[in-house]
Amino acid sequence: MLIWIALTALLLFSAATYMAARRKAVAATGGKPVLLHSLPGYYGSYAALWVGAPAALLILLFAMFGGRMEEALLRADPPAAVQALTAPQQDVFFDDARAIAHGGQPSETIYEGDLKTALDAKAAKAAHLQNLIQYGSVALGALLALAGIMIAYPRIGPQFRARNKVEGWIAGLFIACSVTAILTTAGIVASLVWESWRFFQAVPIHEFLFGMEWNPQIAMRADQYAGTGAFGAVPLFVGTFLIMMIAMLVAAPIGLYSAIYLSEYASPLTRSVVKPLLEILAGVPTVVYGFFAALTVGPIFRSFFNWIGAQLVGGSFDGLGQYLMQVQNQMALVAGAVMGIMLIPFVSSLSDDIINAVPQSLRDGSLAMGATRSETVKKVVLPAALPGIMAALLLAVSRAVGETMIVTMAAGLQAKTTLNPLDTVTTVTVQIVTLLTGDQEFDSPKTLSAFGLGLTLFVVTLMLNIIALRIVQKYREQYD
Amino acid sequence: MTDAAIPTAASLRQTVEARLKKRHAQEMRFRLYGRMAIIVALCFLALLLGRIVTQGYSTFVDYRIAVPVYLDPARIDKADPTGANYDMLVAQSILTKLGEQDDDLGEKSGKVMEIMSNDLGFQLLKMVREDPSLIGKTITVTGPVKSDAALYFKGQIKRSTPQDSRKLDDQQLDWMDKLKASGAVTSGFNVSFLTNSDSTEPEQAGVLGAIVGSAMMLLVTAVLAVPIGVLAATYLEEFAPKNRWTDIIEVNINNLAAVPSIVYGLLGLAVFSNWLAVPRSSPLLGGLVLALMALPTIIIATRSALKAVPPSIREAALGVGASRTQTVFHHVLPLAMPGVMTGAILSLAHALGETAPLLMIGMISFVPGVPEGFTGAATVLPVQVFIWENASERGFHERTAAAIIVLLVFMIIMNLAAILVRRRFERRW
Repeated sequence: MLIWIALTALLLFSAATYMAARRKAVAATGGKPVLLHSLPGYYGSYAALWVGAPAALLILLFAMFGGRMEEALLRADPPAAVQALTAPQQDVFFDDARAIAHGGQPSETIYEGDLKTALDAKAAKAAHLQNLIQYGSVALGALLALAGIMIAYPRIGPQFRARNKVEGWIAGLFIACSVTAILTTAGIVASLVWESWRFFQAVPIHEFLFGMEWNPQIAMRADQYAGTGAFGAVPLFVGTFLIMMIAMLVAAPIGLYSAIYLSEYASPLTRSVVKPLLEILAGVPTVVYGFFAALTVGPIFRSFFNWIGAQLVGGSFDGLGQYLMQVQNQMALVAGAVMGIMLIPFVSSLSDDIINAVPQSLRDGSLAMGATRSETVKKVVLPAALPGIMAALLLAVSRAVGETMIVTMAAGLQAKTTLNPLDTVTTVTVQIVTLLTGDQEFDSPKTLSAFGLGLTLFVVTLMLNIIALRIVQKYREQYD
Repeated sequence: MTDAAIPTAASLRQTVEARLKKRHAQEMRFRLYGRMAIIVALCFLALLLGRIVTQGYSTFVDYRIAVPVYLDPARIDKADPTGANYDMLVAQSILTKLGEQDDDLGEKSGKVMEIMSNDLGFQLLKMVREDPSLIGKTITVTGPVKSDAALYFKGQIKRSTPQDSRKLDDQQLDWMDKLKASGAVTSGFNVSFLTNSDSTEPEQAGVLGAIVGSAMMLLVTAVLAVPIGVLAATYLEEFAPKNRWTDIIEVNINNLAAVPSIVYGLLGLAVFSNWLAVPRSSPLLGGLVLALMALPTIIIATRSALKAVPPSIREAALGVGASRTQTVFHHVLPLAMPGVMTGAILSLAHALGETAPLLMIGMISFVPGVPEGFTGAATVLPVQVFIWENASERGFHERTAAAIIVLLVFMIIMNLAAILVRRRFERRW
């Protein structure tokens, strides 16, 4: 609340500075603004920027990191009674102290004796620290704003190059915005690598990458039976691969053939109707596909296979029939097929672009030699477009590997190393979701393994994308 | 050399014709494959949307029951009205209406409670609490029937199913038929689905909280991603020197656009939630994560919009003495604005439907009301769909489909807005 008041006050103050600086600049020329180096507004903006920008930045930084500063200061000198606690108990203790100080809901832990007095002391200190940090940041902000006006206001005069200075500020803003993209990548890599590194300290990396058993159960008590989980990710990789293959078997032919038809055969009218319709398919949220897979496609497939099984039982394929009778809703085929439907528009629109980029002269040449259209497509257009189409398919593979909702809702949780599409498999993304939607403890390998999986996923999709983008770039150059 | 090896005009014609026939057949087949592919894809689309509409439309009809309830002073303590069993009162009033007597064990009233929502009891409690003078009077309360009962009225629970394998027994079905015939149960448009928030009871659950949560989250996303994205794109397209650094940024942005969304969830969890201590499952946290996710697409769309502005505009502005910054802000960006807005709206629409990263940051919790603020716990439409899909009660299934319909309606509106902006303002040079 205090922050909002401070920011509003700052805004008003900057606006006042703007007016004052603008007036000063105009007055300095004796009422002839044409004599100024820059337009009068630039003088105002220059002063307002010096007043507002550093102070606002400071206040916002304090708002973002103030809580962490408070916590660090609070934990700086724990009393003896608190030091005797274990690390998680200490965390709870300090969280409670802060919760009491800020009027929040403390945990239900009961503190007695020394701990109780320590808690009260810490709670009082937390409240004090919070006030200190909040009012301190506002005071510092006010100081910065005043310093800004001291720097900027005296400089204003007819010879002052206000526009260039303001544009310097804008250039800084531009660069800051562009760097956000780099920071995002850095943040992704840093967080994944950091948490994975912690995970790989508990579980050796070769065990994770090549282990054949996935069972991330961590014991609640140290002496519990079968206390150590198994973190071999091979079953997950196989499951992901299986579902991806099924999806590509659906998406690649349908997507490619529709792209070919749309770019080579369809009339402009058909094109203008069909393309937007396919794009609807691309715009449907993945959670909707998941719902469709779990409640429509799954039961249909299951009853279909059960029916086939029922026909076969007792015949010469009795074993197969028995197996088909027991097929579950959550087979790999369901998730894969629905994911394939989702990828159709992706494959088709990318391939469509690529096929259209093949120069018309190649087609004309082939047609003039008497080839039919399909022969032209098969023997001339497709070979020319092949690298681009490969890239499109690679991008689709990367999408399929990273897709989460469909598999979370329609595939199972059982980690099995199988390539049977009628079996239940689990994928990397499903496991990440399951591991992170329960209680999260950031010191157990169970939670951290999600980051190990995330890192693997990130590296694989990144490589697929880089290869695909390279191919597309090379291919574009060929015909440009 | 035999004569047969030298083709006569007739035989040549024959072979060529035979081959042509084959080639044309091939051509037809190829074309047929293409057509089939498109038809299959469109069939999938029709099946997908058709299934959702057929599963979900029934949610928008609801059945409400109106019962006069005598607030017996003997059973409600004036000093402490919260202590009374209002559900029982309502159930017994319904029994009276049906002309039945409750037995000593309360078995019949228990059965009645299975067909009426406990919302009726809550309503009574609320009324009595606000106005204790109502005790001793007869008032009429109107509320939804239990979701299983509604499923019977909608024909999804059938009398033909054996009694053991359905939730309601024959007696309850008889009662419901009687109530319907007597006009106590009426049907109408389900307003409460759009004005209620999530609930553990399917018949009381609605999407308002999720809609508000989605709107707040999208607001955060838009406020962060659109200005940063547009400025970054403008810098890269108009100002940046071509050097190693800008190349790295470019490659980076193209790759970020293809990073799986769940990885953004992990980033949000590790950086925003754990390190910066942004409150979990809040619209602020969700908006931050989605903003990072939407950023690359907005940058790419803005760049192509800026590329479409012809260089002559820039040259003219520079020629009359504008600085490069002035050229960009006064001329190039305004002309590129329709393209920028279209791209921004489309990527926001995409963010609206995103679910996976939000599950990582704790948005999966049960939130019974409208979110209190940007840092309070919230749920959003796609996550609501996911939560309801996992619920075991059958009544939630149709609600899931209905929530999807609501989600799709919002996405269609956003896409139409994008198309409209493009049609209305787009300029061809």
